[in-house]
Amino acid sequence: MTVAATPAPSPAIAGEQSGVRLARSRRNAELSLLLLAMVLVAAYGATVEANLLDTVTPDFWMPAAALGAVFLGLHLVIRFLAPFADPALLPAVALLNGLGVGFLRRFDLGEAPVDDRESLAIFAGVGGRQLAWTLGAVILAAALLAIMRDHRSVSRYAYTLGLGGIVLVMLPAVLPASISERNGAKLWIQVGSISIQPGEFAKLALLVFFAYYLVRKREVLSLASRRFLGVDFPRGRDLGPVVVVWLISLLVLVFEKDLGTSLLYFGMFVVTLYIATERVSWLLIGLVLFFGGAYLAYFLGSTIGGPFANFYVRAEIWLDPFADPTDKGYQLVQGLLALGTGGLFGAGPGGGQPEILPEVENDFIFAGIGEEIGLFGLSALLVVYLLIVERGLRAALAVRDSFGKLLAGGLAFTLGLQVFVIVGGISGLIPLTGQTTPFLSAGGSSLMANWLLIAVLLRVSDGARRPVTGSGGKAARPSGGPPEQLHGAPTEVIKP
Amino acid sequence: MNAPLRRVGVVVMVLFGLLFANLNWIQAYKADEYRTSDYNGRVQVAEYDHKRGNIEAGGTALATSKATNGTLKFLRTYPGGAKYAHVLGYKPVNLADQGIERVENDFLAGTSDTLIGDRLKDMFTGDDTGGGNVLLTLSKRAQDVAYDQLRNNQVGAKRGAAIAIDPSTGAVQALVSMPSFDPSPLASHNGNEAAAAFNKLEQDPDGPLKNRALSETLPPGSTFKIVVAAAALENGIGKTTQIPAGPSWTPPTSGSPIRNADPSICPNPQVSLLDAVTYSCNTGFAQLGVQLGADTLKEKARQFGFEQDDLTVGQLGEDGLPTAASRTGDMQNPDGSTDPAALAQSSIGQNNVRMTPLQGALIAAAVANDGKQQRPYLVRQLLAPDRTTSYYTAKSRELRQPVSPQVAADLREMMVGVVQKGTGRKAAISGYTVGGKTGTAQSAPDRPDHGWFVGFALDKNGKPVSAVCVMLEQAGSGGSAEAARIGGQIMRAAIADPGGR
Repeated sequence: MTVAATPAPSPAIAGEQSGVRLARSRRNAELSLLLLAMVLVAAYGATVEANLLDTVTPDFWMPAAALGAVFLGLHLVIRFLAPFADPALLPAVALLNGLGVGFLRRFDLGEAPVDDRESLAIFAGVGGRQLAWTLGAVILAAALLAIMRDHRSVSRYAYTLGLGGIVLVMLPAVLPASISERNGAKLWIQVGSISIQPGEFAKLALLVFFAYYLVRKREVLSLASRRFLGVDFPRGRDLGPVVVVWLISLLVLVFEKDLGTSLLYFGMFVVTLYIATERVSWLLIGLVLFFGGAYLAYFLGSTIGGPFANFYVRAEIWLDPFADPTDKGYQLVQGLLALGTGGLFGAGPGGGQPEILPEVENDFIFAGIGEEIGLFGLSALLVVYLLIVERGLRAALAVRDSFGKLLAGGLAFTLGLQVFVIVGGISGLIPLTGQTTPFLSAGGSSLMANWLLIAVLLRVSDGARRPVTGSGGKAARPSGGPPEQLHGAPTEVIKP
Repeated sequence: MNAPLRRVGVVVMVLFGLLFANLNWIQAYKADEYRTSDYNGRVQVAEYDHKRGNIEAGGTALATSKATNGTLKFLRTYPGGAKYAHVLGYKPVNLADQGIERVENDFLAGTSDTLIGDRLKDMFTGDDTGGGNVLLTLSKRAQDVAYDQLRNNQVGAKRGAAIAIDPSTGAVQALVSMPSFDPSPLASHNGNEAAAAFNKLEQDPDGPLKNRALSETLPPGSTFKIVVAAAALENGIGKTTQIPAGPSWTPPTSGSPIRNADPSICPNPQVSLLDAVTYSCNTGFAQLGVQLGADTLKEKARQFGFEQDDLTVGQLGEDGLPTAASRTGDMQNPDGSTDPAALAQSSIGQNNVRMTPLQGALIAAAVANDGKQQRPYLVRQLLAPDRTTSYYTAKSRELRQPVSPQVAADLREMMVGVVQKGTGRKAAISGYTVGGKTGTAQSAPDRPDHGWFVGFALDKNGKPVSAVCVMLEQAGSGGSAEAARIGGQIMRAAIADPGGR
């Protein structure tokens, strides 16, 4: 997907450097990249069928076409409602999502009895469900783009969203285990056959709240601080929300037995705080709190157990997965074996054996894919993720209002952190924590939440790249004019 | 706020760099270790992804692979059941494979270098012909008889073994160890089922997993007298030479007398060597052994194949089923000098002498085959997956020549006497010249004796057609006569259905 960067240097960027912003929407680039992504997805599906069925069915292109149709719809929505949005985001996400659907369909094919494989319907199995969820999630993203014509408008609902986010996070913890617990983690709300993971949406809601709160408190947090041991500490009353969020993270860890989510929220908060205040001390405090908390949890887990036992076990597995390879370390060991078997080039799509990997459709999908596309394929996937994250950060850099900067920066970083946490977990770099791999893992909540995240990034990038139109309505004018005001927020203060 | 945003961008790149470095570590540096790890189920799935070749005898598939719908595509089944278990072995999913399945694993699985041409052909034709086929020397009929007769022996022995060999080639005609087991459950794709079946067999006090024909040794009793007789014939004693005998003889320095199995056996002070063999005269052979000396005896036994611990039975000149070494054992005093009492006991196959049924059959085969011992083998032919090409056809090989043709002829005459008028009469086959030697070996004072029979059959032209050894563990009284009867039955079946020859 480095192709996305190959079109000649963007005039928008060139214009920015020369102080003049030129309006180029680059929607056609987005369309061609999207088509390229769908061709890759179709080719992936064809390779899978060639490997698993020894033939390529005449219908191999159907999942890719269904995805292509809905992505094309989103492209059209962008074309009309966010014409200046970053053209690389949609194709990159579409590629990941398409490969995810393709891999899950491949998983279904592998599981199906040999004789039934050729007749597997496109909406059958996990892959088919994922395809359906994708269609829904993309429509949701388009709807969000249509409703939210300006990203600053969401700041009006910041407190509501903040409260809603906390409720969503806490909900599974207070619900009985029968409808909220799965595989030892209380993260779900399960009603009948439908189950959602409210935490996935809470991520978005909380970030809106963080961004809004921090933009309002920027000066106090960064200026009204006391220096202690060479580190700037803010006043206690400004520190309040930090402590509250830190506690929520801990509560999530304790009650929902999930380190990944608490790490994600905490990292998300610390980074937005850092971006808002530009104080490295926040990062230091965050890291100390995080590692201190992790060590404390490990220590408590080894001594008193209780709610920390889960974390202790995971840490022990991480330190030596092969100590108990058939029981506690089983998942991680199998993940490592899958990746190792894939080697440099992989077994080829459809050539591996993802069926023997536990949780391959969720947490371990990256290992399952890695067995088949190898180190080179996985590196390319990581580059696509990196591209999405850096494009999000780029939108944050370019957008002119503080709220937008914090929102886009926080969302982009959170996405990157989530990829790091899960991929690092399954490859033994960090302790394994259950997280979905964005756009790849099976699951409607994750897909919808992440597509909403992309919609927000698209909206912010549209705001960032849109030519500045002042009261005079000139198409292009020198940048550096007064930043547009965030709803109810004080003007950005430029520090001496 | 742009400076921290740029730094966050750098942080994300560093995080992804770490992921990339770690993936390199796993997928490049550690890849081989993970790929071949014992915990990696893919190794197994790949092994079961192609059809494994058949193991066949006499045109019947005894081990074959059936397609299934499971993760492992082919299930190994053994239509021959328990009858062939000790020869074929088994190919379990999680345990170690055994028998011919283990020995010829590469060829059966199709990974052998000799099959590279077939694999290349498959690549071009798109076929998946699977692994090669192994054809055994076993005679279906002889194996049937050996298995049925051992199981239904008339003395109620629960453990035993029988092996029949073509003396002129070394091809194994029948090989049975009792009790046996059904190998199919061990090859089950359900790991728990397979492990349960294995544990049950392993904990069985009768040891059904042991291959008693090749790898278990027991005192051979009087069958060892053939070796002593061979040594005597080579040391100036003729078949008609009178040797000292008598109803009882006490070796010098030892107080315990050696007696004959029955007072009617060689009661006179002297007996001819021929009669000593025919009637299995213990006192005669004990004195003969002491007269010849321990070194002569041990050397003769060694020439017959004792002390060889690297013999395998499979393909000629290659790996095969492992065998245990037969031993003459210690016959010395603590100071290193020969202990006459021990030597006397050893001369009648007691004391520390231990022999495998295979060794017994090899002795009989050498006697039958003019003193030449052919190397025993089980694999007759290796056939390509599509059965068109033969990659290996056994060409019999001489293992050693323990005795000269003249000595072999004398021994043959003595052993024929045993069957015609001595202790081995039940082994007789009409129309064939059958020779043999029975043996009754004490295992422990309070346990029933083992019954042995080693023998051979010659056709009317004097050409050897089968040599056999039957062992019935703790068979008690009448054990050796029953072993002789079973030995005769097996040889008769082997003659009627030459199997791999």
